[in-house]
Amino acid sequence: MGRASSKEDAGALFHSLRSAYAATPLNLKIIDLYVGFAIFTALIQVVYMAIVGSFPFNSFLSGVLSCVGTAVLAVCLRIQVNKENKEFKDLSPERAFADFVLCNLVLHLVIMNFLG
Amino acid sequence: MAAVANMPVSDLLKSFKLKTKQQELLIRVSILCLVYILAFITRLFSVLRYESMIHEFDPYFNYRTTLYLTQNGFYDFWNWFDYESWYPLGRIVGGTLYPGLMVTAALIYRILHFLRFAVHIREVCVLTAPFFASNTTLVAYFFGKEIWDTGAGLVAAILIAVCPGYISRSVAGSYDNEGVAIFALLFTFYLFVKAVNTGSLAWSLASAFGYFYMVSAWGGYVFIINLIPLYVLVLLITGRYSMRLYVAYNCMYVLGMLLAMQIRFVGFQHVQSGEHMAAMGVFFLMQVFYFLDWVKHMLSDTKLFQAFLRITVTCAVAVGTIALGLGMLSGYISPWTGRFYSLLDPTYAKDHIPIIASVSEHQPTAWSSFMFDFHILLFLFPAGLYFCFKRLSDATIFIVMYGLTSMYFAGVMVRLILVATPAVCLISAIAVSATVKNLTVLLRSKNKGVQTGSTKGSSSSKASSKALLDQSQPFQKNGAIALLFGAFYLLSKYATHCTWVTSEAYSSPSIVLAARGAHGSRVIFDDYREAYFWLRQNTPPDAKVMSWWDYGYQITAMGNRTVIVDNNTWNNTHIATVGRAMSSYEDEAIEIMRSLDVDYVLVVFGGVTGYSSDDINKFLWMVRIGGGVFPVIKEPDYLVNGEYRVDKGAAPKMLNCLMYKLCYYRFGEMLTEYGKPPGYDRARGVEIGNKDIKLEHLEEAFTTSNWIVRIYKVKPPNNRW
Repeated sequence: MGRASSKEDAGALFHSLRSAYAATPLNLKIIDLYVGFAIFTALIQVVYMAIVGSFPFNSFLSGVLSCVGTAVLAVCLRIQVNKENKEFKDLSPERAFADFVLCNLVLHLVIMNFLG
Repeated sequence: MAAVANMPVSDLLKSFKLKTKQQELLIRVSILCLVYILAFITRLFSVLRYESMIHEFDPYFNYRTTLYLTQNGFYDFWNWFDYESWYPLGRIVGGTLYPGLMVTAALIYRILHFLRFAVHIREVCVLTAPFFASNTTLVAYFFGKEIWDTGAGLVAAILIAVCPGYISRSVAGSYDNEGVAIFALLFTFYLFVKAVNTGSLAWSLASAFGYFYMVSAWGGYVFIINLIPLYVLVLLITGRYSMRLYVAYNCMYVLGMLLAMQIRFVGFQHVQSGEHMAAMGVFFLMQVFYFLDWVKHMLSDTKLFQAFLRITVTCAVAVGTIALGLGMLSGYISPWTGRFYSLLDPTYAKDHIPIIASVSEHQPTAWSSFMFDFHILLFLFPAGLYFCFKRLSDATIFIVMYGLTSMYFAGVMVRLILVATPAVCLISAIAVSATVKNLTVLLRSKNKGVQTGSTKGSSSSKASSKALLDQSQPFQKNGAIALLFGAFYLLSKYATHCTWVTSEAYSSPSIVLAARGAHGSRVIFDDYREAYFWLRQNTPPDAKVMSWWDYGYQITAMGNRTVIVDNNTWNNTHIATVGRAMSSYEDEAIEIMRSLDVDYVLVVFGGVTGYSSDDINKFLWMVRIGGGVFPVIKEPDYLVNGEYRVDKGAAPKMLNCLMYKLCYYRFGEMLTEYGKPPGYDRARGVEIGNKDIKLEHLEEAFTTSNWIVRIYKVKPPNNRW
């Protein structure tokens, strides 16, 4: 009884999530794809570190943090651009994107200094 | 009739309003300018009384490194290995200092030279702290405006300009990290609160840069990286979270962490040290929290969401605890270091780390210190807290948390009153501003009531209510005026107290001592600099000087000679070796000194002048620190019945140890006070026990004019026959 219902629950959960997500606008989906790509790259780097060892630790940190950093910044951009967020309704998407680019610029400059 | 009377009044009011806005701006700008100048000049007492010199001990190291930076450029400074201190170990200066202060001073120096002002770097160093104190008042104004309104901002600027808690570490000449760090701290907090209020990525980026400046300036940045996650946690728990908080914290954390890791001294601590784990924990918590929030927003069915919530929360908590546990157990995440752990457990340092316990600034704070440093702000602080709780917003929650946590730490360690000062000033400013505003509203409302009462003739009910108002108005008005005068009196008393405190207590250079002579004239003791310049001019350039670690920085900066230990105190064993040498008999001590290649020994002695911060009073700490590493040194050997004495009844080991001999050599013949026997020690108030001192392996090289600093030369070994 419990197993069947939890399986049903999981199925229903998955379906409703999928249908709700399909309704999001295209630009937000693109940002989500970018975030997913960044996280995936970070995971690959962590797996590589686990195999090879973390000797130049600053290089490992800079690689992982650049992925995590750009993912986080992309999520912030998504929040600011999303029309459903009432708090950001007087922030133009161009301004949000400009902030995103500036922060990424600073992020990558620091990463390049930190790579060693 | 009434309409005609009303029109010119309303026209007048309209033109009055425009003029008022401009007037208000003018008043604000002029107040800020005056406060800026005031903050600078109130810190100049010691420059006016003595001369423009660097005070105390730590600033001399900062001055020496700034000098090196301006002479040799940034690359050499960043990679500097100093062979002149901690002989024979040396010190990797580039990797063991916070470069913010030096780089700032060098930058100001470069700018002034570019503008063709040919100032010496020492002048820039001396005046850096007052300059940044003035900048702090500006930041306090903007911060007050963000939290409450412009009135509170102005009062905050004024309060922090003269507050003794801040002045104590930022007088002209006190060229230390805190002078710049408090500016960076308040600036970072202001930018972060602004970022949370606006939700803009640009402000979060600015706060990340502010945090980077703070990390480069002072080790106290740990306070920021723990307070901000705590604040985020409190907001999450109380349900005041919003999208702006997500943007602000994440951008600041990731960029701030990366920027902070560029400072070599900090290194990888942000991912490896226990003190920084709170920030990382809150970062991951936020991702989970907002992810769940997003899923809840997408799912319309709450039952499904509950199931999802359960799964995710258990997974996240499990992964988090496993990761943290593994990290701590394997030792990868280091536990809290002694310096910060002793803030959470104040008894820890006394039992385990005598060096931290011996610093006078690390002792717990007495009530008198709080009153001395804060005066009326002490009771304005709870009043301000009340006002903050009445009008809770993201910004006021932040300042309340900053105030409470910093007051707790100020109670644990005297030095941290400095960190609490901006919070106390801001919260007190809210109290003052809100109270004064309410009182003046009362005053003003009375006038308006009279006016409308006279122009509007009207109904009896209105007339009777006006009459009632008129009846209670006089008392209210008088009460308001009385209270305003009381507030004015309190604030003027505060200003007087602060100026007096600055003048009497916090403006002494510590390297030049002053006293009143017999006829009331001022006597200046410049013995320290006399001794260091003697060293500089009369010893070979590669001479090594052994002294207690307090004087290390000054000897290298002014005497320009190699020292064995200095104020950095990074190597406890080396300091313990020096402590052991000072507390042993001369024959044992000479072995240690020969092994360290010591050429000169420097001691500070206050018996002739009554100076009480000399080496004999610090001697027990040398014994404790030496005994902590070399069990052959036992503290009870130097005490008699648990009492520390230097007279005839002192312990025999005390009367014959190296420190005693070096301090009291030839002192037995000295007449120090009228009516007392020769060899009367004015600092301890007793006649010394061992007057006939003979030195076998050292000879006296120099004693300053008031016997405060005494330098001895280590004799080379005798010839074989």
